[in-house]
Amino acid sequence: MADPDGDLGTDQRRDRAPRPAPRDPLWRVLVRGIGELLVTAGLIVLLFVVYEVYVTDLLNGRAQDQLAEQVHDQWGATAATPREDLVEPAVGRPLAVLHIPRLGEDYSRVILEGVSEDQLSQGPGHYVGTALPGQQGNLAIAGHRVGKGSPFLDADQLVPGDPIVVETAQNWYVYRVLGDAATGDYTADPSGIPGQQIVRPTEVSVIAPTPGAADPALTGAYLTLTTCHPKYSARQRLIVHAVLDGGPISKVDAPAGPPALSGG
Amino acid sequence: MYGWIWRRLPGGTATKAAIALVIVHAVDALLLFVVFPWVEPRLPFNDVTVDR
Repeated sequence: MADPDGDLGTDQRRDRAPRPAPRDPLWRVLVRGIGELLVTAGLIVLLFVVYEVYVTDLLNGRAQDQLAEQVHDQWGATAATPREDLVEPAVGRPLAVLHIPRLGEDYSRVILEGVSEDQLSQGPGHYVGTALPGQQGNLAIAGHRVGKGSPFLDADQLVPGDPIVVETAQNWYVYRVLGDAATGDYTADPSGIPGQQIVRPTEVSVIAPTPGAADPALTGAYLTLTTCHPKYSARQRLIVHAVLDGGPISKVDAPAGPPALSGG
Repeated sequence: MYGWIWRRLPGGTATKAAIALVIVHAVDALLLFVVFPWVEPRLPFNDVTVDR
């Protein structure tokens, strides 16, 4: 049976006895190791995308639910006071609730005071020191475009005349995106302030009391949204400017919201 | 690397597979809830504010 050429039958019989597997040459071990590392790195990057797009939404949804509860409790406690006391809350505290019908029929997000990641991961943030709802000046709000609940994902779809409604303890404030509602021209407003623009990240004049103006004089009650642009990038900023349309609408008169909220 | 880990897991194929699954989920959870939230603010594509 001892075949000098070592045919298959002999090999199989010999293999029954435990025999240490031959070690792979070093280069094979190395190449395999590098390959496995690259595949692993790819999987981790994919998982990160899943995290950014889905998991942060999940966490943000939970944070927004809690904030909505908190803000309504807070408002319930102050509802008896006849006049609204416009006081800037501490950083991290809820300021108001934002409703933008164009971004969804029941779109509503609690705005927090402050624009650091701590606040922005929970919801849109109010630039500290800018106007409060209804005040003269510029109510400036930053929000994430993608992930963290994506509050401003479709902010580029806001067209002139679209209402942006800000809800406070006592009142509704209706702002409208600047421009000509009939033609959709963002630059038609006589003030020269465009309804939408894309700027460099350093362009702080967009949140000035009068958007775009160096002069800090108050010329109207504006609202400005800032978010990143293009989507998934931070190269530029998408800016939406709106102006207050009419005075405050008391929640006593309109408990379910102003007509602008339901397509008016 | 994966082969090395597999050979070091105790038990038969079924046990090894079960332990491997647990390890994969543990690593996933660690990445999603600890590593990524820490890394994310340090990445450049999340800026939505205007500043100097």
